[in-house]
Amino acid sequence: MAAIEVAALERAFGEVLAVQGIDLEVAEGEIYGFLGPNGAGKTTTVRMLTTLLLPTGGRASVAGHDVVGEARQVRASIGVALQEAALDPLMTGRELIRLQATLQGLPPAAGRERADALLERVDLTGAADRRVGTYSGGMKRRLDLAAALVHEPSVLFLDEPTTGLDPVSRKTIWEEVRDLNDDGTTVFLTTQYLEEADQLADNVGIIDRGRIVAEGTPESLKDEIGDPHVELLISEGEVAEAERVCAEIGRLLPPKDGRRVLVEVENGAADIPRVVRALDEAGIAVESLELVRPTLDDVFVDKTGHHLEKEESGDGDGEPAPA
Amino acid sequence: MVRALGARSIRQTFRRPQLLAPIVIFPTLLLAVQTGGAGASIELPGFPPVQSFLQFMLAGAMMQSMMLAGNSGGIAFAVDIEMGFTDRLFAAPIPRFAIVLGRLAGTAALGLFASIWFLAIGLIFGAHIEGGIPGALLAMALVTASALAVGGIGAAIALRTGSASVVQGLFPLVLVVLFLSSAFFPQELMIEPAKTIAEYNPLSFIVEGVREPIIAGIDAAVTLEAVAAIAGIVVLGLVLSSRALKHRLRVG
Repeated sequence: MAAIEVAALERAFGEVLAVQGIDLEVAEGEIYGFLGPNGAGKTTTVRMLTTLLLPTGGRASVAGHDVVGEARQVRASIGVALQEAALDPLMTGRELIRLQATLQGLPPAAGRERADALLERVDLTGAADRRVGTYSGGMKRRLDLAAALVHEPSVLFLDEPTTGLDPVSRKTIWEEVRDLNDDGTTVFLTTQYLEEADQLADNVGIIDRGRIVAEGTPESLKDEIGDPHVELLISEGEVAEAERVCAEIGRLLPPKDGRRVLVEVENGAADIPRVVRALDEAGIAVESLELVRPTLDDVFVDKTGHHLEKEESGDGDGEPAPA
Repeated sequence: MVRALGARSIRQTFRRPQLLAPIVIFPTLLLAVQTGGAGASIELPGFPPVQSFLQFMLAGAMMQSMMLAGNSGGIAFAVDIEMGFTDRLFAAPIPRFAIVLGRLAGTAALGLFASIWFLAIGLIFGAHIEGGIPGALLAMALVTASALAVGGIGAAIALRTGSASVVQGLFPLVLVVLFLSSAFFPQELMIEPAKTIAEYNPLSFIVEGVREPIIAGIDAAVTLEAVAAIAGIVVLGLVLSSRALKHRLRVG
């Protein structure tokens, strides 16, 4: 039995179709990375799978239970850490975990024991009796994760768990996710960070504007794209000419900014001298050059025509923020 | 479940002084000003027979505090929605209406606190509770139940709007509704149209139910009218909250 099964799942907000009939399946014990830019539909999908939002079409099941017809059974099987760490700043960390334990049906004594164990696991024992409002961002995220684990769920939903965290805190969360998965927990992780999906996920689904545009292991998705590309930093005023020259050697890729030229090369490093020679003969100065192997961003570009990173600074259209 | 959520609501209120202060300080100041400034009005023909204006005003002060408690409870609920805390609760395998009931438990506790506060102030400054201990307990019970009832309407508004500023913006309306009741002045001595509005305002029935044991002793008929008014507001609050909850779950 798959841990998560989704068929033609859809969610409309008035005229806007935030999730447009997606299909996916997550096996038990897998880490599934749901990758996409802001406004792609990731959070809306997670909210439907965690029974916080009713779908307007299609169906989904989590841990063998339908998210609409058996919502309460779904909620008993899942742990949820949403995009905004949903923590009451006036509660202490210990109070929050104990409340979560009560809500999950644990008897008081078991809840207290579990709270102590989880606080120790996420290294918050020392801060357990301080108010959450005094915690750093990383501490809040760890507490949120601990609260999601209080009832040892079989499926854990993490909605952008490391957004806004420093690199050290991010790595700590990654280690915790790996440990949980080693213990058998299925993890559904949404992220806008390529590295996060690449590092953690067994399988990745790439979503853009409400549709899944690609799905597979990180390696298989990158292999699909095929050829590496050369990334050139060109002097100002010469970019157009550089693009003309490079187009005769290989396929041009969409530029990341106004001074970089990206050209796909069939033979990898062996094609670099040809590129450099052609630009030199045209009198174009190259400030820097790098051979770049396909990344998940390249997969995203291939499927959607635009970069994932560029989308992060865009207008984030397509997904109304849940109220 | 409801007890745990109620305990959290109560703790949250007492840890957030800006929610507690309006419930206590503002009505106390108003009580002091009105008692000091309008004390001679008990001599007016037709004014109910009372020991002092303070004795008359205690019920009004409790009602004001109770209404503000309902508003504060709504604000706190809206803050929970804004910061996403209600998502944590909605994602738990509990009956979702328990979340509303837990919040109302906190509001009821505030109502009880307000009633005890003002009864204590009354006793300290010389007011006599004609109904004795049973009368005081009845007043406390009615104020607590009223807070629960009004809290349901505050919760409904919070669930519907998800905005603390919208709920907070209703504060002036709370005062208008209160002033158009017999909370601060005998209905018989009001002029029209305030008199007619006060006659049919459910808050007037509740105020009289709270006031009677303080100024005259327990009266079954007056108490029953107060209970009926409270029950009506409870039903209204539950219906509105239930519909607002369904709306919130539908739109996420």
